[in-house]
Amino acid sequence: MADKRFDEATQTETVGHEWDGIEELNTPLPRWWLWTFYACIVFAIGYTVAYPAWPGISSATQGVLGWTSRGQLAKEMDEAAAARARTVASLADMPIEELPQHPELMRAAVAGGSAAFKVNCVQCHGAGAAGSKGYPNLNDDDWLWGGDLQTIETTLIYGIRQPGEEMTRQSMMPNFGSDGLLDAGQIRDVAGYVLSLSGKEKTSAATQRGAQVFADNCAVCHGENAKGNRDLGAPNLSDAIWLDGGSKAEVEAQIHHPHHGVMPAWGERLDPVTIKMLAAYVHSLGGGEEFAAPVADAAPEGEDIAEEAAETRE
Amino acid sequence: MNKPEPITPSAEAPVSLYAKHEPVFNRRIDGKFRRIKWAIMAACLAIYWVTPWLRWDRGPYAPDQAVLIDLEHRRFYMFGIEIWPQEFYFVAGLLIMAGIGLFLVTSAVGRAWCGYACPQTVWTDLFQHVDRLIDGDRNARFRLYKAPWGPAKIARRVFKWAIYLAISFATGGAWIFYFADAPTLHQEFWSGTAAPVAYGTVLVLTLTTFALGGFMREQVCIYMCPWPRIQTAMLDEKSLIVTYKEWRGEKRGSLKKAQKNPGEYGDCIDCNQCVAVCPTGIDIREGPQIGCITCALCIDACDRVMAETGRPRGLIDYATLEDAENEKKGHPPTRHAKLIWRPRTLVYFAVWAGIGLGLLFMLGTRVHTDVSVAKDRNPPYILMSDGSVRNGYTLRLHNMQNRPRDMVLGIEGLPGAVMWTEDMAREAASRTLTRTVAPDATQVVRVYVVAPEDTRDQDFAFTLEAQGEERESDTAKAQFDAPGDE
Repeated sequence: MADKRFDEATQTETVGHEWDGIEELNTPLPRWWLWTFYACIVFAIGYTVAYPAWPGISSATQGVLGWTSRGQLAKEMDEAAAARARTVASLADMPIEELPQHPELMRAAVAGGSAAFKVNCVQCHGAGAAGSKGYPNLNDDDWLWGGDLQTIETTLIYGIRQPGEEMTRQSMMPNFGSDGLLDAGQIRDVAGYVLSLSGKEKTSAATQRGAQVFADNCAVCHGENAKGNRDLGAPNLSDAIWLDGGSKAEVEAQIHHPHHGVMPAWGERLDPVTIKMLAAYVHSLGGGEEFAAPVADAAPEGEDIAEEAAETRE
Repeated sequence: MNKPEPITPSAEAPVSLYAKHEPVFNRRIDGKFRRIKWAIMAACLAIYWVTPWLRWDRGPYAPDQAVLIDLEHRRFYMFGIEIWPQEFYFVAGLLIMAGIGLFLVTSAVGRAWCGYACPQTVWTDLFQHVDRLIDGDRNARFRLYKAPWGPAKIARRVFKWAIYLAISFATGGAWIFYFADAPTLHQEFWSGTAAPVAYGTVLVLTLTTFALGGFMREQVCIYMCPWPRIQTAMLDEKSLIVTYKEWRGEKRGSLKKAQKNPGEYGDCIDCNQCVAVCPTGIDIREGPQIGCITCALCIDACDRVMAETGRPRGLIDYATLEDAENEKKGHPPTRHAKLIWRPRTLVYFAVWAGIGLGLLFMLGTRVHTDVSVAKDRNPPYILMSDGSVRNGYTLRLHNMQNRPRDMVLGIEGLPGAVMWTEDMAREAASRTLTRTVAPDATQVVRVYVVAPEDTRDQDFAFTLEAQGEERESDTAKAQFDAPGDE
């Protein structure tokens, strides 16, 4: 090799190039580096053969392994369903009022209900189940139709004022104002009386007049002492919770031409187990009633299902 | 202006950009440093193999393996110490100590890690001994390497690789015992019932040890490992490194030449023994270089030659660059012990020891009880029908002891407030709740705190007091939200 040159200082061969007097030394990379690179190419080719890769006009190559992201999702969904199958079967067989005696099953139901709530219920009741004006807050301890597990389940299955549903919760408050049953003064008086029950208005001659109006027109549904009537879904008017607003104007408006909430009958849309889980979740939000204390060792079948929900070693 | 010379294209094919691996056939050598290396290799391997089999009684609720990385339950056991995931700063602290320890060791004694303790060195050394055992010493191995492939050579190679594989399996594979109960895993492994991940780990570690120790060897140190480059940057003129004393060795000449022309030649007789024994195939006489792992085998080789030729030892020796200069001028070398007592090493040591003491202090004072609070944000508060205000909290009660403990949860501040949980009668709400927390476990408790009607936004705290002799406690701050004029 005619122009083979060696660098004087290091005795390393140069590659033969020169730029403005600077020459490049040939300090080669190890050859396995090259082979690693080739191996990567081979792997990449194999990968595109095995998995969907090359785009075509209407679809891509399918890959010889037959893998698809859809198939993987379906598989994972099936696995998840299979993993839940035992819990779901136990829940299906169990009357909801017995659920509190099985703490692990209860926890599983609450977790499942929480997920179902976020899909079906948040549109009206809000993500935290706190509701809004006209839509009940499910966290508090005030219930129109009752707050034990069974009653909540019934409400869920048949809905509230669901048209065409025979078993649905039904009640109507008359349009006292717009139908001319009471005049504006009477409405003002009775609204004042109702607000005075929870201390929001001082007792006066007007509220005393309102008490008489209440006894004549309202007590039949809301009760003599305005504590409400759950059979009719008539709200308790003596507590601090106002579904349609607690200002005088709002109360008057409700008497004049009442607003009636509607909830779908979820029995038509969701399976019984999901409804059971939803009822358990709503019950667990802090306002649930008639909560029987769990029996310590009463739940042999549920023990390992949701054991980790409570006692996690993390 | 000078016109640059025109570049004339080479007549021959362009030089390859890739170099074929030149195998190193290092000679057997015995000497002081060789024996130190044996001892360290034996000690490292012994510690590595024995550690997972040590037992440590932690009572009935925790594993009894002295050193265990329990990935499944996210615990790390090391003798009397148990690390929870939230205490991972201990591991971070140890890693920082390891990093600063590297600075410390490097600034004091150079690349001692590379030469003696690095697994890559230990395995390379081991496999080179297998080479010698099967194929013979340097020359025999070189001849075999050059020989054409035939049945004898193939048989020898396959036999040798089988030994490589066996060693790789025994060394790399043993790593899995740190992650599960060793006796159980050992039994499961051989009966074919161990977890697939165990077999996978053994396979991967066996093959990587086989490849890196059997074939890549010094290539790993020179091309793949970042360590030597960092260490090189940390060496200074006062760091102990393997140094060829050029002033004494040059000019090189054979014994004969030196006898003929006294005074003209240095002590180096150019016998190349230092090159022959080098496990990375470098020539130390070219000065400090990245390929030198300071294993000191060349010192052993050179000292032996110096003894045979009747010259003082230490032509190649552990010496600082400064010493090399001093000795050249006739000054005595610095004592090695003195090298350690200089600001640089002392500062490193102070930082290293400071972190170590800090960790020890935290380890000694840490509490095995912990409560953490997550407040419900949606909704922030709930108005109850009697006008009182309710907030929801998710508490995590950690019992970091190996026995079940009763723990009393309490409210600090927030006058008039009581709490209850969903699984108790609401009438039983009070300012304290007692829970039994399983050993070495976390209990999640949803707690509702109810405060009287006129309560405003405020801070308060949950306290958790573990019952028992030590009465440990922990406090977690929390926020109480209420409607108001905020």
